[in-house]
Amino acid sequence: MEATFDVNDKGYYGKFGGAYIPEMLFPNVDELKQAYEGIMNDPEFKAEFNDLLKNYVGRPTPLYHAKRLSESVGAKVYLKREDLNHTGAHKVNNTIGQILLAQRLNKKKIIAETGAGQHGVATATVCALMGMECIVYMGEIDMERQKPNVERMRILGAEVRAAKSGSKTLKDATNEAMRHWIQHPTDTHYIIGSVVGPHPYPDMVAKFQSVISEEMKKQLLEQEGRENPDYVIACVGGGSNAAGAFYHYMDRPEVKLVATEAGGLGVDSGKTAATTAKGKEGVLHGSKTLLMQTEDGQVVEPYSISAGLDYPGIGPLHAHLFDSERAQFLSINDDEAMDAGIKLSKLEGIIPAVESSHALAALEKMTFNKEDIVVVNLSGRGDKDLATYIKYGKY
Amino acid sequence: MNRIKSAFSDNKSPLLNVYFTAGYPNLNDTRTVLEALDQSGADLIEIGVPFSDPVADGPVIQASNDQALKNGMSMKVLFEQLEGMRETVKVPVILMGYINVVLQFGVEEFCKACQRVGVDGVIFPDLPLATFVEDYKATFDAYGVANIFLISPQTTEDRIRLIDEKSDAFIYMVSDAGTTGARKGISDAQLSYFERIQAMKLKNPRMIGFGISDADSFQTATNYAEGAIIGSAFVNAITAGKDDIPTAVASFVKAVKQ
Repeated sequence: MEATFDVNDKGYYGKFGGAYIPEMLFPNVDELKQAYEGIMNDPEFKAEFNDLLKNYVGRPTPLYHAKRLSESVGAKVYLKREDLNHTGAHKVNNTIGQILLAQRLNKKKIIAETGAGQHGVATATVCALMGMECIVYMGEIDMERQKPNVERMRILGAEVRAAKSGSKTLKDATNEAMRHWIQHPTDTHYIIGSVVGPHPYPDMVAKFQSVISEEMKKQLLEQEGRENPDYVIACVGGGSNAAGAFYHYMDRPEVKLVATEAGGLGVDSGKTAATTAKGKEGVLHGSKTLLMQTEDGQVVEPYSISAGLDYPGIGPLHAHLFDSERAQFLSINDDEAMDAGIKLSKLEGIIPAVESSHALAALEKMTFNKEDIVVVNLSGRGDKDLATYIKYGKY
Repeated sequence: MNRIKSAFSDNKSPLLNVYFTAGYPNLNDTRTVLEALDQSGADLIEIGVPFSDPVADGPVIQASNDQALKNGMSMKVLFEQLEGMRETVKVPVILMGYINVVLQFGVEEFCKACQRVGVDGVIFPDLPLATFVEDYKATFDAYGVANIFLISPQTTEDRIRLIDEKSDAFIYMVSDAGTTGARKGISDAQLSYFERIQAMKLKNPRMIGFGISDADSFQTATNYAEGAIIGSAFVNAITAGKDDIPTAVASFVKAVKQ
């Protein structure tokens, strides 16, 4: 296998990626493109980023050998505990990186979009930390189903604006954030929360999240005497936690990468967010990727029980991992995810975010050898999803 | 293409380009609006191809896009509706839309259909210049379809020169940072931007769009460019006048051009 999972100089992973943006955003995105690698490689930047990850976020997060779960699955299962990060999910790794970048680009204001609210909370948090103005766009329906996160953002000093168009969820929040950015292109940095959007966002976010697989390698070496697991499993909405968990393993073909998508009520039910199963090549929110759309190119409204996964596309890196068959993509239905989340709670005393439950459900669908080392990226904690668990019942 | 060039060379007075959304307010209103605009004195006509996620547009145009999609509009239906339009419509016709819809239709099929029905140019706000030049320009050129590019107050001089070099219709000057329909009136900062671009002596004519809504803003803008583009205000006008579209269109154009 060729080692071609890095973005090329035009911002493409294979045939996916690019920067499909209105001219009004060109100077801003171009400035970011020219500057981001240099800034991220600057030793001073790195030191500040690492210091905040350690002392503010609480990294490294544990790599926990889940013994009771392992016994049930029939493999050696480790959980990468991103749920133990400050703010409760992996999202903060990226927002810490981007807020430091925004400061170096002399931006004064921050905008973001959020689905489940985890990225919004992580953005509001770093804006409070740095004393920067923050506006978060969130679908009106998501604001309703993720109320605690809306209030957390407000307590942190952010303004939460409702996106009222379309399905009133993440896709529409992203549209509104892009519109805001088009109207305020000079003083505003848009902290995109996943590995989506125009180049260089997918690459930049993947690099900020790559701390996850970097730590996994070190921790596995300590605990197992080898850097590489047999499997890495992570859920994919846009795909930032999966990009981070896969990052240092993409060019190691002996490590099997498994991405789980939200099947919703079933891939063929018309109520799904399983992009690789139902999507085809298209352009949305600044990049060419796999996209759920009609024959005429209109974006199809996605559905998932998880507000963090109901996005109609995936990041271009993931589209490339799928297209090149480097990663296996599985669809996990709502009930399979909920059952997996409840199972983890009972076996290990960890209530996972419903997003992460989609990754855990893969354990039930796959066949392992007893000696296999499987790492599941537990991207976030379930506090925000209690209402969803309660409504589901069955515990 | 030639129709766009002729429009600029024939006319001494400022040109009015009017945008409307295909299939709005009703699916079969496209030709009614188009022909009424042609007869009322619009100098160029921009037909919006509706898209589910029009991020460069404001709420008025987005709402018209949503309604048009609900009505059943698609690229295929639009080309069927435009079949034979050149028997009646004389002015240049431009399609404005988002690139995903064209990619799904097929770029070459799209260009072929434009040539067949007599569409002269296209505007895709989310198709960057470099991608167009590398991947699509040859196809568009082969079918004589001009691609019109936007510039904004933030566009650098070098890039404006590059866009001017790659263009052969007109330059679409976005009047200020913003989506369509976001602003009313013209500020001093905008005037100095207009003057700056005017002083660059570009080879292509310029049309100013975004924030142009009435006779005042049209006249102010066209002191600094060959013409101006009105979108949201016109969509509002046909929403209000949907029971008698020809009259609504005629009175709108008359009021702007005075």
